[in-house]
Amino acid sequence: MAKPASSINKNIHAVGQWIDERSNISEFWKKHLSDYYAPKNFNLWYFFGSLSLLVLVNQIVTGIFLTMHYKPDAELAFASVEYIMRDVEWGWLIRYMHSTGASLFFVVVYLHMFRALMYGSYAKPRELVWILGVTIFLVLMAESFMGYVLPWGQMSYWGAQVIISLFGAVPWIGDGLVEWIRGDYMVADATLNRFFALHVVALPLVLLLLVVLHLAALHEVGSNNPDGVEIKKHKDASGRPLDGIPFHPYYTVKDIFGAAFFLIIAAFIIFFLPEFGGYFLKPDNFIEADPLVTPDHIPPVWYFTPFYAILQAVPDKLLGIVLMGAAVMILYLVPWLDRSPVKSLRYRSWVSKVALAIFAVAFVRLGMLGLSQDSSPAELRLWTFLYFAFFILMPIWTRFERTKPVPERVTK
Amino acid sequence: MSESDSLASIQPPENPGRRRLLAWTTGVVGAVGVGAAVWPFVSSLQPSARARIIGAPVEVFIGNLEPGQLVRVQWRGATIGVMRRTQRMLEDLERMGDQLRDPGSDAEQQPEYARNFHRSIRPEILVANIHCTHLGCVPQVLPEVGAQPFDENWRGGFFCPCHRSTFDLAGRVFRGVPAVLNLLVPPYRFIDDDHIMIGEDPEEGAV
Repeated sequence: MAKPASSINKNIHAVGQWIDERSNISEFWKKHLSDYYAPKNFNLWYFFGSLSLLVLVNQIVTGIFLTMHYKPDAELAFASVEYIMRDVEWGWLIRYMHSTGASLFFVVVYLHMFRALMYGSYAKPRELVWILGVTIFLVLMAESFMGYVLPWGQMSYWGAQVIISLFGAVPWIGDGLVEWIRGDYMVADATLNRFFALHVVALPLVLLLLVVLHLAALHEVGSNNPDGVEIKKHKDASGRPLDGIPFHPYYTVKDIFGAAFFLIIAAFIIFFLPEFGGYFLKPDNFIEADPLVTPDHIPPVWYFTPFYAILQAVPDKLLGIVLMGAAVMILYLVPWLDRSPVKSLRYRSWVSKVALAIFAVAFVRLGMLGLSQDSSPAELRLWTFLYFAFFILMPIWTRFERTKPVPERVTK
Repeated sequence: MSESDSLASIQPPENPGRRRLLAWTTGVVGAVGVGAAVWPFVSSLQPSARARIIGAPVEVFIGNLEPGQLVRVQWRGATIGVMRRTQRMLEDLERMGDQLRDPGSDAEQQPEYARNFHRSIRPEILVANIHCTHLGCVPQVLPEVGAQPFDENWRGGFFCPCHRSTFDLAGRVFRGVPAVLNLLVPPYRFIDDDHIMIGEDPEEGAV
């Protein structure tokens, strides 16, 4: 700046200097922001990483404020949520920000994962980034399931009943395991209380740690891009990637723009459609948990329905559960199932494109089928088969398909 | 993109004034936005509607209050004493000034309309938060004249058993006791001769 620094500026600078001499925080800033070179050809799909970070912050902040009024007690929980909605100043907003945030978390995370599948962001050298990412997804599912139990409505209660009883299918120890998880002979106060502890303390800590590791691993190997080209191959004289731009200010500004757009959508949902037609908050969950009355239909929240549909597709209880678990676990193997010399879909043949399209349709269709309780078993099995076929056949078509030449440098 | 538009080629802004205006407007609008977003969170920590209803003004019937009698009511978790004082008590209050720490109620322990020797709206009716101003115990009410272990010339008042603070029947603190402030007089008003409303000032609404 051309302006002469005022004495206040000088003092701020001195304080910054003092801190930096003792922490080297500027090195951290450089490594992860101002000197972290990201490919310059990021497109729309690259918003979803930073957006999931934004939603995570939203969940933590709104969650802390909800905890100040919520009572993790089977006698009091339901009423305390209604108390937050009606009596606490702005409580309705904070709660809707949290409940909408949960659904939007899965929206951005699913899109983020789809981006990785499209551009081969899991491929060497980014296998660990992917593994950490899948683990985040797993923990996120546990986190949201337990959070869903806390309002202690009918869906909370019976959803917990169904999900926990899945563990009963484990051979030999099943029944004991279920009892241990519930802490009682049924879903009860003990269950609610421990889910509260896990939801607000344990899993968020794990989640934050995993996010730090996910980013650390990413910044070590560098970001992939829509071309799947390694920008570190071509550097200028001072060692900067020619196709890279510093994350700050270029992508911070871009991400802030994306965040603003995202927040407009989020605000619209929070203010006008917080229940989202029963998809984000189910009508039955506005009835207090009643162990004597089972709702007619107990569908999971929308972001679990694809996996729930896989469970429904199998007539055998244990096999269904194994298959549902495998549907998530198989994601861990993707870096090794993909044998293609090419990362990005852009330089692969139509086979890869069709396969990914079928997989995406199967996932969405399973999600739709999982919402309903009388989906045709034949259709459930068809899409379940296609879901798994995508992964199991991946080594075959990726090895034999004809790829296009990958450019040396990123394209526009 | 060619290499010439890499970082080294970034020029200083052509029009610094416009740049500054944009930066300031962005900053100000951003600050307003942050403020608006922070507001609900800070606001949610205030007493909720439930707490406000529980803390709402309390109506007290005083029609059957005998001279010299004190009734206790709860308002916002505090014990409020309502007492009908006799002529003798009021005369004593006027003469007690030299034994008191704050006879003129200079400290802000009462609404402006209770800043008088009887510390009330109507001389005979006392309304006071009878928690001791030392450490919050509720003192005993000893309205009768007569020697007490702690005071041979007791003219009636409040005696706190916790640390032996004493107050007269207007809630004014005596000299030489641990408490230094007079008892707190809450806002209240007369609805009619037989009813008072604790928690509302006479002219303004609820506090």
